Amino acid sequence: MQDEPTPEELLGAVANFLRDEIAPQISGHNAFKLRVSINALDLVTRQLRLQEGSDAAEAARLSRLLGMQGTLAELNRALADRIAKGEVDLQTPGLADHLWQTTLAKLAVDQPNYASYRRELGAKSE
Amino acid sequence: MIEQQLGRGVASWYPGATGVAGAVRLSGGASQETWSFDIVHPDGNIGAILRRAPPGYGASPTRAAGLDAEARLMQLAHDAGLPSPSVLHVLTPQDELGTGFVMARIEGETIPRKILRDEEFAQARPKLARQLGEVVAGIHGLDLTQLPYLRRMTATKEIADLDREYRSFGWPRPVFELALCWLRERDPGPSDEVTLVHGDFRHGNLIIGPDGVRAVLDWELAHIGDPMEDLGWICVNSWRFGEIDKPVGGFGTREELFAGYEAAGRRVDPARVKFWEVMGTLRWGVMCCGMMQRFRIGPEHSVERAMIGRRSSETEIDLLRLLSPRGS
Repeated sequence: MQDEPTPEELLGAVANFLRDEIAPQISGHNAFKLRVSINALDLVTRQLRLQEGSDAAEAARLSRLLGMQGTLAELNRALADRIAKGEVDLQTPGLADHLWQTTLAKLAVDQPNYASYRRELGAKSE
Repeated sequence: MIEQQLGRGVASWYPGATGVAGAVRLSGGASQETWSFDIVHPDGNIGAILRRAPPGYGASPTRAAGLDAEARLMQLAHDAGLPSPSVLHVLTPQDELGTGFVMARIEGETIPRKILRDEEFAQARPKLARQLGEVVAGIHGLDLTQLPYLRRMTATKEIADLDREYRSFGWPRPVFELALCWLRERDPGPSDEVTLVHGDFRHGNLIIGPDGVRAVLDWELAHIGDPMEDLGWICVNSWRFGEIDKPVGGFGTREELFAGYEAAGRRVDPARVKFWEVMGTLRWGVMCCGMMQRFRIGPEHSVERAMIGRRSSETEIDLLRLLSPRGS
């Protein structure tokens, strides 16, 4: 077992240091690149926190939908193939819901401030 | 360095010029270099922009119109009275600056968040969608016989291109597959009307002032095809920058855009525009994946490209909102 602090805690500390102490001292194009870099660290922090749960849920949905077992990559390849061949489409029970759940889980990591994502989250809780 | 190179030849293409000053490299536009500088002239300095291909660097060679074609299109647009800079000089081998051209510098803003939020543009925002409709109608009205060589595109070819590019990444994306099927099923076939298409008519390529649209830039993706493509592309959610209820660039409605377009004497086919909006959303998603590939292959491994790669999921949620809205 690895010791504490956790990767999330370490990344969070580094991101906060860069954001609070370093960013105010940097200007020009490097300031932009620093902001993007801090965003990348924040993204990784979210992925470390969320990926295990969302991957497991996605794999379970895919197994049900496709009636097969496999790694997450294999299952996604199988689904992509079946959509491309027209074997499943939006009329297939469970497909639209699966794609929505999977996409929302990606946005929660990639871009939780994206307006479409925030709108969908709001719509769900209404 | 670039200042000396430009200064050596400037008098040959700008009569009376005595040199150039204040050359700075502008950020933005990863595939081509853009420099801002002043032409020094006894009657007063003239602001200018150099656009040139850095040696051995090009975005998507099969799609790019080429800098000579860009210069020609920009000048044609300018001559037709459209908001476009005039072209001052097309680079020749004697310039030793590579390929490209020099155009007049037009002051204004291209950064979407400023255009959408700053007080300075508050008066312009409500007018922009209609103005852009008029401008793009002008572009579509340019005489085909005057144009430089450009690739001819149809919806069918564009779907095939996106399909091929997506598959080259070797990474399964069920939402993209769904979008490709949707597009194939609804492919409207060749357009009755075939015109010049700007190909990248959106924020970032538009100079906006407090008075409205001042210039259309970046003809790199210009081609001949269905004019409704430009109207669909500017409605893609990725260019609304958070203002998702204003489909045209985050500042206006489709109705305003269409009204401007039709006031200029052209007809809109809203179903085709919607089709191209879906295509454009997928296209930007595929382009984001391409950024991820370029990040991985190097040689730069830039964090910016890597993070654009992670924006492809934004287009997936937008595609789902278009193709399979929840609660419907």
